[in-house]
Amino acid sequence: METNTETDLARVWEALGEVNDPEIPVVSVVDMGIIAGVDVQPDAVTVRMTPTFAGCPALDVMRNDISRSLRDAGFESVRVDVVFEPPWSSDRISEEGRRKLKEFGLAPPGPACHGGLTEAQIARVSCPHCDSADTTLESIFGPTLCRAIHYCNACRQSFEQFKPV
Amino acid sequence: MTTMTAPSKLDAATKPAVIDLLYRLADDGLIIGHRNSEWTGIGPILEEDIAFSSMAQDKMGHALAFYRMLHELGEPDPERITFERGPEAFRCCSLVAMEFLSGSSGQGDLCNNPVRDELLYRGDWCGSLVRQFLFAEADAVRMAALENSAYEPLAHLARKLRGEIKYHTLHGRLLMEKLGEATPESGERLQSTLTLLWPHALGIFEPTRFESALAEAKICPPESELCDQWRSEVTPIIAKSGLKIPARAMPHYGGRAGKHGPELAALLEAMQRVYMLSPGATW
Repeated sequence: METNTETDLARVWEALGEVNDPEIPVVSVVDMGIIAGVDVQPDAVTVRMTPTFAGCPALDVMRNDISRSLRDAGFESVRVDVVFEPPWSSDRISEEGRRKLKEFGLAPPGPACHGGLTEAQIARVSCPHCDSADTTLESIFGPTLCRAIHYCNACRQSFEQFKPV
Repeated sequence: MTTMTAPSKLDAATKPAVIDLLYRLADDGLIIGHRNSEWTGIGPILEEDIAFSSMAQDKMGHALAFYRMLHELGEPDPERITFERGPEAFRCCSLVAMEFLSGSSGQGDLCNNPVRDELLYRGDWCGSLVRQFLFAEADAVRMAALENSAYEPLAHLARKLRGEIKYHTLHGRLLMEKLGEATPESGERLQSTLTLLWPHALGIFEPTRFESALAEAKICPPESELCDQWRSEVTPIIAKSGLKIPARAMPHYGGRAGKHGPELAALLEAMQRVYMLSPGATW
């Protein structure tokens, strides 16, 4: 028999799944691994979020969206804390999130490498449009903090990659 | 080793030491972020315009995270820390405040300026590039050290930031190596810039009066140790770029004690101008 807390927890995660990344609207904050933890008490819900990038301008938007989504789901007292433990890594993006990124036209990130990172590692990316491995890294920076720019030599178009972080 | 998990665990010796360290880290990030953002829209090639804008945004984000940590320790909120302090209260090193784009600070805006092209030609992106390379390597060394800090919130944040800074060091190394050996002109300009900046880069590691408190509490290693690690990282890259480190260079100190040149005052005047029209207002 499910307790009230278990039901509440399920409802919280469902509500969080409705909150989309403002810059990549096809993925939710859950898909992106941004939710570090949820604490459900009888009188309050606390959500801990771990930011993708410390300078991400969408952080406050996501915090407000999370609060609103939970209040819409019937939770009156909601707190959203920004934490760096666990630190966000692109490894936290779910399989579902990666699939949605690719569908959106963004190459999903390869495995994150905490310490060193070589150009070759970032350059090894398949084209999200035609799946070809014949791609060239154009820039390790892009229009947002999370993106690198590549070019597909097979279907001859640029594409962006979510950077492994 | 005692781990200080919460701000309340800092004592009379460690608390002011941590506050000073956080101001140094935050101010370095804010000021170099601001300097790098000056190239947005006018970078020498599109990729570098994007690179510097992106790295600027990263460092401003890092600065904000450190200012928030300071606020948790009883300092004012980040808005006020950023926009209400005069230059004497800033603890950034001299390297990050150096001006390489004339007219960027207080001498008149570039937009709608009849001498805009002239001002841009007087800009020296080479200075910003070498500065960014030297700083990013120091940043990486420091964050790697702080990952093991006994002050846990700092250890967690440093671990996160280290993951982002690896793109900054990758950028710096790629460009130094490519441009160092590209043409005689690029090699000469990089060398003269490196020679000019080297004393200021050594100034990143200016010791403060909190050295022993930080080291004893295992919050941050001594500056000389970080400087040695930094030197061992940058020396092979500089050599690979066909450049030489100036011999007998004296470090340029003063920034960590609030002593800055006029360029920081000019930068702050421009940065704080809108806020100061109505301090504390909600825009």
